[in-house]
Amino acid sequence: MGAVGQAFGLILDVNVLLTILGSAIFGILVGAIPGLTATMATALLVPVTFFMPPVPALAAIVTATAMAIFAGDIPSTLLRMPGTPASAAYTDEAFAMTRKGQAELALGVNVIYSAVGGLFGTVVLMVAAPVLADLALGFSSFEYFWLACLGLTCGVFIASLTPLAAMVSLLLGLLVATVGFDAISGYPRFTFGVTDLMSGVSFIPAMIGLFAVSEVLRGMADPDNAATMPQQRIGNIFKGLGAITRRYWPNILRGNAIGTVVGALPGAGADIAAWVAYAVSKKFSKEPEKFGTGHVEGIIDATSANNSSLGAAWIPALVFGIPGDSITAIVIGVLYMKGMNPGPTVFIQNPQLIYAVFMAFIVANILMVPLGLAAIRGATYILRVPRRVLLPIILLFCMVGSFAITSSVYGIIIMLAAGVVGWIMEENGIPVAPAILGLVLGELLEQTFMTSMIKAEGNLLAFFDRPLSVVLGVLTILVWLFAGLNAIRTLIRSRKEAAAAG
Amino acid sequence: MLRRRTLLAGSTGLLAAPALVTGASAQAQWSPNRPITLVVPWGAGGGTDATARFVGAALEKELSQPVNVVNRTGGSGVVGHSAIATAPADGYTIGMITVEIGMMHWQGLTELKGTSYTPLALMNSDPPGVQVKSDSPHQTLKALADAIKANPGRMTASGTGQGGIWHLALAGWLQAMQLPPDAVRWVPSNGAAPAMQDLAAGGVDIVTCSVPEARAMIEANRAKSLAIMAPERNPQFANVPTLKEELGIDYTLAAWRGIAGPRNLPQPVVARYVPLLQKIWNSDDFKTFMNSRGFGMTWRDPAGFASYMAEDDAKMGVVMKAVGLAKS
Repeated sequence: MGAVGQAFGLILDVNVLLTILGSAIFGILVGAIPGLTATMATALLVPVTFFMPPVPALAAIVTATAMAIFAGDIPSTLLRMPGTPASAAYTDEAFAMTRKGQAELALGVNVIYSAVGGLFGTVVLMVAAPVLADLALGFSSFEYFWLACLGLTCGVFIASLTPLAAMVSLLLGLLVATVGFDAISGYPRFTFGVTDLMSGVSFIPAMIGLFAVSEVLRGMADPDNAATMPQQRIGNIFKGLGAITRRYWPNILRGNAIGTVVGALPGAGADIAAWVAYAVSKKFSKEPEKFGTGHVEGIIDATSANNSSLGAAWIPALVFGIPGDSITAIVIGVLYMKGMNPGPTVFIQNPQLIYAVFMAFIVANILMVPLGLAAIRGATYILRVPRRVLLPIILLFCMVGSFAITSSVYGIIIMLAAGVVGWIMEENGIPVAPAILGLVLGELLEQTFMTSMIKAEGNLLAFFDRPLSVVLGVLTILVWLFAGLNAIRTLIRSRKEAAAAG
Repeated sequence: MLRRRTLLAGSTGLLAAPALVTGASAQAQWSPNRPITLVVPWGAGGGTDATARFVGAALEKELSQPVNVVNRTGGSGVVGHSAIATAPADGYTIGMITVEIGMMHWQGLTELKGTSYTPLALMNSDPPGVQVKSDSPHQTLKALADAIKANPGRMTASGTGQGGIWHLALAGWLQAMQLPPDAVRWVPSNGAAPAMQDLAAGGVDIVTCSVPEARAMIEANRAKSLAIMAPERNPQFANVPTLKEELGIDYTLAAWRGIAGPRNLPQPVVARYVPLLQKIWNSDDFKTFMNSRGFGMTWRDPAGFASYMAEDDAKMGVVMKAVGLAKS
């Protein structure tokens, strides 16, 4: 209990609370502006967190991302422009409600069930993480190898609609991860005699580039994209919520459960959670014909799911150092920076910091209701910020952040290069998230494989020697088989269709 | 490069001259008039970083100038160590150098060695320990040593990367027992914390990191420290015996950290830093900080630090050659 008490002390500090408030407003702004994502909010916070102690640093990220995912619903509902990709699944539905004159109800549903979803994900994180951490203390390199394989597989087959493009992206990430000193023998690879490359491509600047700079480039390529705000008065958004809660409580539970599971899976985040929850809601609804016409049911599922996935994504990140989504991929870097190396030992070494992060989640999600209300009222102003003002500011933040991480121009070069690569990839339909997963997990994969081989003196069967590694190994191979069969089936079907058409 | 450095050192001397004449005190006093950079060759959040940030904050108070702690990581410490050595020798760039400076040049990673710096103060040193899982079949160092002798090559150990300080600790210990360096197979890891986790998970048999690094796992009852490779016990972990007490082997080693500047730092600069560093080292705040982390307090003045590095360098060379890590 000592650690919980300490955590209370850490979070109830005036500076920490002010940081939470500040990052909440920042998160709402970023989320509400179409094109700026919650991942970008995290990336832009990195240079700021660099100068903070661990608790406010992590609290800032937790708060900003929770707010951004909710705030993405505002332009989605009012303008039919998702503020973040996590709102995309139900943008049409929410806008249809606005056209029917139900904008208040749609926004009310979004703010309340986002907060509830966030709290649900937090509770699961608080319960599951310490239990899993205890189990993970028994994990050796053999188990971690399988976990890394599972993580990469999820990133390609579950978190993506186009496995082939995702595979290309993943392999690119894995290739870049091999740059630098090889973790086992200390031999420099692909460094071309450049001292900076010896430590590899630092992944925080790379991630800032892939997510934020690529977005800036896209914005610059398409400058006339200013949103026009409909003249509409927003009335009482809490009207009718009581009846909706009574009627749709199973949807709330289901959305939360789906969001939590998808969030905890490596590589899949809030956007996938919302798509899955919306699809499931439609499939099991008693009135599926109403979906797409401004029906509130699917929104309830999806808006719960995207916020509950946020907390759950921290489970694999904290316990195994494997990111649950692209936000926690950056968080892992921040954790290392703060000396809180993710892994089960962080629960032994710094339990008070972990509990403080949990509390930050709770504070952030409670704060979401009043601040969300204010944001909905002020939406007209937020949505009027011109992009030509916004984009240079973002680029500036990206550069400062990358410089802060490496203390040299090297970080900025990495960031700019990654930005151009990310832009080219996305313009050609190749998702960047699997590349990040490859970059983050590449070293873990290689190192756990090599150290396992050293321990077992080259005997590959050692991967099935320990009870835990057998379970994980069989699970991984089953996923591979399933994904492989699925791919073959799709291939045969498309061949048949092509033959029939021809 | 060398010529440029002497030139810069010379020009600083010239600049310092007026201060010498007009200075209020009779003694030549160097006082910085712009911010100072303290380079750390290792990542933020680690032990070296924490120590350097403490020293930096204390220096800032003493010198009334900002001291910026800058982490120049990468290349197994080469990047940061060379940033300190190649900085202008004017006292505005100093750094925290670590035990690796006596190891890297043997591996052929860099030309830099202890003599590439002006030593200012040795602040800390931590000896390696011998850690096993708490339910290991070998509950004493004697039992562990016998098991290694009986079955050379069966057991595995970890604690750091290939050729890192804790790998040398193992190799030196085996050598002192007249065993070949591969009597215990080395499993490289990303540092002490992951190695300790692997130990608790049963992935390796021994971890030879320092006791403070193993502390969390020991306190969680997952691991146990059998001995330390130091001349005497650490008062913080008084129940852990030394190698000599247990096996009669007088083999010692330590990972150390100290403050140094580029070679040929002007005498007034050295004369300004050394008493300040000594004052910081003697302060209660520093003691509290070091004790809270479990770090060993060791002090050497510039001359003592230089001879300490020379001795350490030679000792490392012997072990690294024996293990085959040194490039000939």
